[in-house]
Amino acid sequence: MTDEGIAVPAVPVHADLATRRTMRRVAPRPVGPRWRLRLEVALFVTPALALMAVFVAWPVVSAVRMSFYRWKGFGPMDDFVGWRNYQRVLSDEVFTDAVMHNFMIVIASVIVQLPLGLLLAMLLNRRIVGQGLLRTIVFVPYVVAEVIAGVVWFQLLQPQYGVIDHLIEMVGLTPPEQGFLGTPDLALPTVFVVLTWKYLGLAVLLFLAGLQSVPDELFEAAQLDGAGWWQAQRRIALPLLGPTIRTWLFLSMIGSIQCFDMVWVLTQGGPANATTTMATYLISEGTQRHNYGIAGAASVLLFVIGFVLALVYQVFVLRRDREVLR
Amino acid sequence: MTARAKSFGGGGPLVYGIALVTVAITLGPVIYGALGGFRSNEQIARDPASLPDPWVFSNYTAVLTNEAFWRYAVNSTVIAVVTTVVAVLLGVMAAYPLARYDFRGREALFTVFVLGLLFPAAVAIIPLFILVTRDLSLGNTWWGVALPQAAFALPLTVVILRPFLMAIPRELEEAALIDGASRVGIFWWLALPLSIPGLVTVGVLAFVASWNAYLLPLLLLQDDMRTLPLGVADYSTEHSADTAGVLAFTTIAMIPALVMFLAMQRRIVSGLQGAVKG
Repeated sequence: MTDEGIAVPAVPVHADLATRRTMRRVAPRPVGPRWRLRLEVALFVTPALALMAVFVAWPVVSAVRMSFYRWKGFGPMDDFVGWRNYQRVLSDEVFTDAVMHNFMIVIASVIVQLPLGLLLAMLLNRRIVGQGLLRTIVFVPYVVAEVIAGVVWFQLLQPQYGVIDHLIEMVGLTPPEQGFLGTPDLALPTVFVVLTWKYLGLAVLLFLAGLQSVPDELFEAAQLDGAGWWQAQRRIALPLLGPTIRTWLFLSMIGSIQCFDMVWVLTQGGPANATTTMATYLISEGTQRHNYGIAGAASVLLFVIGFVLALVYQVFVLRRDREVLR
Repeated sequence: MTARAKSFGGGGPLVYGIALVTVAITLGPVIYGALGGFRSNEQIARDPASLPDPWVFSNYTAVLTNEAFWRYAVNSTVIAVVTTVVAVLLGVMAAYPLARYDFRGREALFTVFVLGLLFPAAVAIIPLFILVTRDLSLGNTWWGVALPQAAFALPLTVVILRPFLMAIPRELEEAALIDGASRVGIFWWLALPLSIPGLVTVGVLAFVASWNAYLLPLLLLQDDMRTLPLGVADYSTEHSADTAGVLAFTTIAMIPALVMFLAMQRRIVSGLQGAVKG
């Protein structure tokens, strides 16, 4: 029933499924009085809840409160401005561009990383020599810190002295004068290429796990019926991978909306705000310009956009999986 | 499996070709960085894309004898260990009643943790910065970074661990109850040992996330308290002319996470699958 071969825990739907399936089995008969059970629950759960209340819930609530004040970070927060911070953020072209950049990364991931990831996973799923080693290698960039990967790529992409410009010259082409990261039109696509290098391994690993849970018999049967490899992938593997793909898409979307580290290391949002994201916007407004109210409004908007996206996706896309599996 | 089925989807020149290109692109930057660390800046400037000639070891020895590097490494390690211990300990405690107790409001309580997944650190980062530095006076300390990181790691930890704890057979628990164990005793003597694969999985995830973290340390740590990613990024901007030195620094900073991943690879992958399949 739940054997869809998804390797991702972060999506509530699946955890939820596992719960429903095992609930009957584990519900224990009460031992001792009810109050004792309640006390135990409280003792077990309170430390975690307290930590989350202090370091997650409280800051989030403060961000919301902050977004309604004009505050430079010192003195009392008493200059209430209502929705004016939101108006300012939403009419700030730097922010609206940042939102657009986030969504461009989301869309580019679907167009580029999804087919690439699927192709690589399907190839790795063939019986080839060194399959295990290949899988490990493909996953290496995912394990490297985004910052460290960013620093290495920054060196590779240095104008003139960088190895990438050098390779381009060797082929006889002219690299952009300001470098890939210094040219406004090229900066965002370049950041996206580096992000793809970093995160393709996760897609491959997930899809591969999904593929390996497809029973061999299905492929054998297809083969006996005269199907070729591509046909088998398209008609058998791809449809069965549906839930895995939708789960990956969810993770990828959330990650793209929150994108910060790589951009900060590669471009700091520049040149000329060509690579700002919502996160880089709120960090530079908050920590560099001390416009805490603006930063608060931007972080609330970042959360709302991510939340709405996640909700819509859960309701319209992931729900299908749940219904099918029921 | 028939002999014919075995040959289905084997490797051909095209498959190996694509695999080779993938490996080259994936490992290229990493290997370039490692080899670049063995060259001098003058070699790199002359020809960015060639092998070390002669091999220079001074970049790596400079990093390894650099006091600041070791300080960053210690900071990273301590913060990652504290984050992991706090997240795993509080996480398994919270997941246990959510998995094995029957009480009203259980699913609602679980939903609180699931909702926690939806709050990225970026949303709360500015107030978190104010809270930690001003209200708690934990700015520029190990705890000031580790505690918020553990808090943000908790939702995922609980969501992964709950199915692990649920999967423990009911019969074992009944046997323990007959032998006179209490529910808390069952947690300690039965649930914890049996969920070790799950604990390792969430532990590795929390550790690597902390080890690689940037945003929170960026705002909260300065000078001697910085972690490796911060140190690497700052070194790269401060010594932008010293390409070889930067490459050596980044290469060494990469190693711990890579070793950890290689050692735990099977655990991580199968652990994640187990989490979903229950």
